[in-house]
Order: sequence, then structure tokens, then C-alpha cells
Amino acid sequence: MTGTSPLGRFWSEFRENGVAFAALCMVLAIVGVAIFAPIVAPQDPYDLATLVLADARRPPGFLGTKGFVHWLGTDAQGRDLLSAILYGLRVSLQVGLAAGTFAFVVGASLGAIAAFAGGRVEMLIMRFIDLQLSFPAILLALVLVAVLGPGKWQLIAALVTAQYAYFARTAHGAASAERSKDYVVAALSTPLSAKRVVFRHILPNCLPPLIVVATVQVANSIALEATLSFLGLGLPVTEPSLGMLIANGFQYMLSGRYWISIYPGVALIVLIVAINLVGDQIRDQLNPRLRR
Amino acid sequence: MIGFFIQRLVQALIVMLLISALVFAGVYGIGNPIDVLLSPDATHAIREATIRAYGLDQPLWIQYRDFLLRLASGDFGRSFVFNMPVLELILSRLPATLELTIVAVVGATALGVPLGMYAGYRPDGFAAKSIMALSVLGFSVPTFWIGLVLILTFAVTLGWLPAGGRGETEMLFGVPWSFLTLDGWSYLALPALNLSLFKFAMMVRLARAGTREAMLGDTVKFARAAGESETTILRRHVLRLIAIPIVTVFGLEFGSTLAFAVVTETIFSWPGVGKLIIDSISTLDRPVMVAYLMLVAFLFIFINFFVDIAYAALDPRLRTGRAK
Amino acid sequence: MTALLEVRDLATHFATRAGVLKAVDGVSFSIEPGEIVGLVGESGSGKSVTGFSILGLVDPPGRIVRGSVKLDGSEIVGLPAERLRELRGRRMAMVFQDPSTTLNPVLTIAVQMRLALEAHERVGAAAARARAAELLGRVGIPDPANRLDSYPHQLSGGMRQRVAIAIALLNRPALIICDEPTTALDVSIQAQILTEMKALAADSGTALVWISHDLATVSVLASRILVMYAGRVVEEGPTADVLRAPRHPYTRGLLDSLPSISEPGQELRQIPGSMPSLIDPPPGCAFAPRCTIADAGCATMPEMRRDASRGVRCHKPLGAGA
Repeated sequence: MTGTSPLGRFWSEFRENGVAFAALCMVLAIVGVAIFAPIVAPQDPYDLATLVLADARRPPGFLGTKGFVHWLGTDAQGRDLLSAILYGLRVSLQVGLAAGTFAFVVGASLGAIAAFAGGRVEMLIMRFIDLQLSFPAILLALVLVAVLGPGKWQLIAALVTAQYAYFARTAHGAASAERSKDYVVAALSTPLSAKRVVFRHILPNCLPPLIVVATVQVANSIALEATLSFLGLGLPVTEPSLGMLIANGFQYMLSGRYWISIYPGVALIVLIVAINLVGDQIRDQLNPRLRR
Repeated sequence: MIGFFIQRLVQALIVMLLISALVFAGVYGIGNPIDVLLSPDATHAIREATIRAYGLDQPLWIQYRDFLLRLASGDFGRSFVFNMPVLELILSRLPATLELTIVAVVGATALGVPLGMYAGYRPDGFAAKSIMALSVLGFSVPTFWIGLVLILTFAVTLGWLPAGGRGETEMLFGVPWSFLTLDGWSYLALPALNLSLFKFAMMVRLARAGTREAMLGDTVKFARAAGESETTILRRHVLRLIAIPIVTVFGLEFGSTLAFAVVTETIFSWPGVGKLIIDSISTLDRPVMVAYLMLVAFLFIFINFFVDIAYAALDPRLRTGRAK
Repeated sequence: MTALLEVRDLATHFATRAGVLKAVDGVSFSIEPGEIVGLVGESGSGKSVTGFSILGLVDPPGRIVRGSVKLDGSEIVGLPAERLRELRGRRMAMVFQDPSTTLNPVLTIAVQMRLALEAHERVGAAAARARAAELLGRVGIPDPANRLDSYPHQLSGGMRQRVAIAIALLNRPALIICDEPTTALDVSIQAQILTEMKALAADSGTALVWISHDLATVSVLASRILVMYAGRVVEEGPTADVLRAPRHPYTRGLLDSLPSISEPGQELRQIPGSMPSLIDPPPGCAFAPRCTIADAGCATMPEMRRDASRGVRCHKPLGAGA
């Protein structure tokens, strides 16, 4: 069933790597349970009416007063931790994907514009991008979140600002390389419109490196969001992401109630590691130097 | 060489000016600091007086101009919260952060480079695979969560090391350092380990990739043909060949480690500038935020400059190229 | 008198994804002390791998699967790595094709020469420097004492190759394997180095194995020639004899494809086709598909047939029937 199309060949080579394939399945499974969290989760963790304070901070496996087992224990409000994690994954994935998508669009356009404008515009844009890349993304995001205030969209804006530069540099590099290739020079000299050349020829060829950056950056966005939320600078308390769940549990850790922090953390790490493994495999497959 | 030096210096000044404008514009957009300075029931007169005293009634560009003038004379303003000169405040916290960062980066390099070289030397061995698995983990797992696990393991469960704080310090050049006392080390160990893991992973990857490439090259084969031992080849030839990218990353990572210290310091209550900036953000202590960001920018530019010079020292091809 | 180097049925195979690549498959020859032998063949014929196999420097996935290499009469295939290392540089050395990649770009010549010296004896800094300078002088580098502190990029290609040769000579080896050491150089420099190497070898009594794809270069230098094709030696003999009356059709083809100075304007004759893949090669003579005189009998592998001074691996050697 080896496909003859490039995509089919890519897929069959991808499946050869068991670890990467397993990671991809894991990512899909996590996205699945996150989407269907309201159905899968034993409890709606944000419906205050269902919370029982007497059940607070119970260890994993505790049979709650509501009549179901809290497999991962409960948090300080008596919330079922498994449910909280499933809903938290939802928030983390939403933020990570939204930030990654916007950063992709903004960054790739900027990089492509720079590559095609050339001259002064190119120099100005790329100088600025280089300057920003030399500055740690976490500090930038930190300051922006502080400036913009709390809220999901503010957070996404901060993450996009912190990360678009990676897309811009990749797109610029790829587009500059494509631009100087003979086929583009040839296509531009024909009466085909410039737009057609860009969309039909150049963009498809710049896509592979951008996809690699995108997988890495979605994972980074999720990690960065969790870090900011952990520092208390991320999402509002009404929409706790995994980072906030971890932060909330931190104070109970010293008294040995590890599960409130550790399990959301495990979920976060499984998600990030899985995305990175998928990204690594895609990068290796696209790297001509590693091809055997 | 002098021309190159001056050119770099002018570039650095322009970048600093640009950053100062961005930082100022960004930071002064945050909330209203008066709400923090005064209790909500302060009279209108007191409010007005305070606003004037801090120059908050002026238009932003005048505030920026005054800010630049004060900056030039080494005055970063006073902290709204601590009511002391910002420069003094930051300098008093800086040694703790520098100490943490240096221990983390040096430790990560000292351990990561040899392990990475080994992994590149015997890439198919079990040890190499374990080293790489560790580095994938160090790369992917967020720093703050590793910090929590370290506290849970070594402080809560095993009780070997304290969970936070700085511990005993000793004075050197009029500055307190904790690496001079055993007690200080017990407090330093966990945060430094936490902060170093990401850099460790990066050093391992770099050293491994460089070593793999070098081992397949003719330089190594020629040295082997001359009968040089594997140890000599790794220590004298390969290490020198991979030193250039490692020094670059060492420099750049030193800066970003300084930034990531924000997270580690918060988790381990380490009294450095990172914890100070987080506290300042939540209390809207603008002068501290501005000064901190300027300091980080300055360190970045300073480090980049040194990386350039280290380049020239390590790569003879560049050195003669510049002398021409 | 025992030969300096005796190679018997040497086979080095590479395990690749596509299958086992038999780069060297049953090579035998011997070298007398002080002798200069040319090892000729096109790229991929296994001549370089033969050189690396002798020094025990085959990188994985390559491996010596069979055969023996005796240096000074004692077996060195399968020696422990450390014992083999002691022999390299001191008894046998190697010079590579491209001097710009063999020398370490970030170490001075002095440091690189000292590392090669220290691999075999304890020497003081001053003594090492003196010996290094002496050798640089011997390989024709002007002002050697000052050149010691140069980095490779500060020298020309020819000078770099001379440094590499000096490093090979440093520990007075009995055998130097030269893997196309002049291919990357200008033609005029090539000639200089060839002449110098010949004199150096004669002076120090060092035997040379000169690997090259260029029959013309080898014929200037070597007293004996080995021709390799598809991982095997197909013809060997004294240089003059082989050039005058080649017995293997492949050697004939190589000679015909050389431009002739005596008859300018003559069209060059090429050997049609290309070397077969060394993964799953055809069972018979590897040259048969390109051979003009091959017949059904060539479907089996010919044995090496020797007389007094020459040998040929061919069912229908040239000049035999005439």
C-alpha cells in the first residue's frame, strides 16, 4: 500500500519509525479526548454546583461522595483531577494551536514579503527579526502579558509576538532560496502573474520547513503558556490551563499531596514530547543530508 | 581590528537605544502605578502630589526623554515598591542570579560536552541512546515542571536538600556569595540543576552532532593513520573542531539562561533579579521592570561582542581574515 | 627474505541497506622493502578501501571479512586496536587525497606534528620542534622553522600536501600508502611532488603503495603495477612490461584511453559501459559485460594466473595465443 504520490511515500516512510508513529497516535488521542472532554470527563470541573469541598485534596483512587472514583485524586476545591486535566488540555491545545497558526500566518507573510521586496525593506525587516530572535522569547512574552493584561486573546497575542520571528526567518530563508532558482526566474519572465508564481510555485516549496517549525512552535507555545500560567501571568482563573493546575497544586506539594501538581504536569509533558517526536521525524525526513 | 571594534560599538549603542524605546513604550503601557503606590482612600491632593513627584503627569515622550537623561547619568529611578534606587536594588539581587546562572551554564557545558562527544563517538551504543533520551527530555519538559519534580524528590520525599531560599553566604569583594559555603551549595544545587537541564540538553546535541561529523572527516582519519590514540584524537582534534559552535551557544545561552532564571528563581524562592522582575510585574513597579530589561539587553549585547572575539581566537581562518 | 607487506585474499565488505557491498573481494599481493608499487583502477574499484584495510582504518559499516595482511611477517588483521595503533605511523603510514581536509584547520603545523610524534615516543617540546622542522625541510618546504607556526589555511595546496607527507614520514615508517596524493593539486605541483616522493622513498628506504586512477602518474613512479577492477586485482607485473604488453583487456582499455603525445589529434578510445554494482555482482568475470573479446567461457570467475613476474585474472589473456 505504498503510495506513489510524494505524500504517500512520506507517510509510508513516517510509519517505518515506530516511535514517531506512536507519538503521532498519542497526539491524535490527546486531541480527541480534549475535543470530547465534556463527554469523556466524569465531571464538569467548572460547574461549581458539582464540587464537594469535603472531597478536596483526596489521593488518587478515592471514591468520592458523588459516587465515582477519582482516579487521579482531587484538587483543593474537591474537583476531580482527571476531569480538570481533560478540560485543561482543551485550553492548552486551543491556545497553542491558535498561537501557532497566527504566528505562522504573520511570520511566513513577513518573511516572504522581505524575500520578495528585497533591498531596504528586506534589510529592515530581517534586522528587526534577528534582533528579536536574539532576545529570549520567554522574557518578551512575560512583558507582553504584563502589558496586555490577563485574558485568552491577550495571551495568544503575546505568544504570537514571541514566536512569529521563527516563522519569518524560516520563510525568508526558504523563499530567498526559491526565488533565485531558475524555475522561478523562468516563471517570472513569462506572462503568468506574479501572484500565481508565488502561490503555485514558491509557497508549496517553502511549506516543508515551515511545517517543521510549526510543530516545534506549537509545542513551544503550549510550554510557554504553561510557564506563564504557572507564574500567574497567563489565563484568567476561570479557564485554568494545565499550567495553572500545576501552579495551584504547587503549594500542596510540600505537604506531600503531589498528585495535584504532578498529574497535570505528566499530561503536559506527554503532549509536548509527543508533538516534538513527530516534529523530529518530519524534520529528519525532509532533511536531504540524512536521507539514506 | 580597531575599526571593527568601533563599528560594533556604534551598532551596540543603536541597538540599546532602540531597545530602551521599545521597553519604555511597552512597560509604561501597564495599568496605573498610582493605584499601587497609594491606598484607595488617599485624598485627591495626595494623589496629585505623588503623580507630580514621579513625573507621571508628563506626556510619554517627555517621560522617555527624562528617562534617557537620567539613564545617561546612571540614575534608573526609584522603585515604587521598595522605595530605594532601582540600580541599588538590582545590584543587590544580581549576584544571586549571576551565581545561579554561571553554575548552571558551566555545569551544563562541563557535563554536556563530554557526554555529547561520547554519544557522537559511539552513536549506536546503549550509553549514547540513553544520553540522547535524557537530552530529548531536557529539551521538551518545561523547566518549571522539572523544578517541581526536583523539589518533590530531593526536598519532600528524600529530605536531602532544602526546597527553597538561598542559605548561608560569605562575603567576597563586598558581595555575598553562597558558593563559598557548604550550606550555600546545598541551597544552590537544586535550582542550578533545574536551570542547567535545558542547556545540558542543548550542549549534548551540539557536541554530538559536531563529533559525529568530525569523526567521519579526513582530519580524524589522517590522525588515526599517524597512530594517534582515540583519546588524543577526541581531546586534541575533535574538541578543537567543535569548540567554535559550542562557544557561540555558550555565550548566547548564557543570556537566555539569565532570562529563564525568572522561572527557576520563582519556584525555588531564589532571591535574584528574576524573582524581583516577577514581583515587579505583579506590583506594576515600572522602574524596576525597565531597568531589568535594559540590563538583560545590555548583557546580551555585551555577550555577543565577546562571542565575536572568542570566535577570532578559536578560528585562525577568521583571525587572519580580519587582520587584512 | 620475507616481504615487508603480504596481503592474501583480503576481502572488505560494507553492510548497506541495499545489501552487502563487496568493495574488496579477494585481493592478494606483496610488497618488498623499499619497493614502489602502483595500485591503479577507476573510482569504486576498491583501491582506496584496500589501502584503508591494510592500516585497519575501515569505518563501519565496512569490515574485513576474510584474508590476511602480514607486516614484517606477522599477521595484523584482528590485532587488538591498541597494537594496531602502535603500528600505524611507526611502521606504516598513509597520505590522503585532499590536503585541505586532512590537516586540522584549527591547529598549527607544529602542534599537529607533535601530536603525531607523541603518538609513538615521549619527546620534549624543543626536540619535537627540531624534528618537525627537519622533516618540513626534507619535503621541500622553504623556511621550515617559521612555517611551523602557520595554520594549514595559510599554506598553498602543494605545501599542505608536503606537510601531510612530512607527518607521514615523521616516525620513519617502512611503508607509506599514498591515496591519490597529487590528484587535488595543480599539474606542475604534481610533477614536483612525484619527483620528491621518489627521492625521499629512495633515501629513507621506505616502500610506497601509490594509489591512483592515472596510469601515467604511476608509470613515472612505480617499479611494479597492480591493476584493480571491481574489488579484485586483475593484472600485475613490472611497470614497463605491463605498459608495453598488457595482458588483461581492461588494462589494454586503460592504456588506450590515455592521450598520446606521439600521435596528437588521435581520437581517444573509451571503454564502453561502466563498472558493475558491487552489490550482487554477476557471478563471472566482472569485466565481461564491457569486454570486446568475452565469450560464454567468461561466465565463470577466472583465477589469477601467474608466471615468473606477472599475473593476470582473465580466461583469454591478451598475447597468450599469439
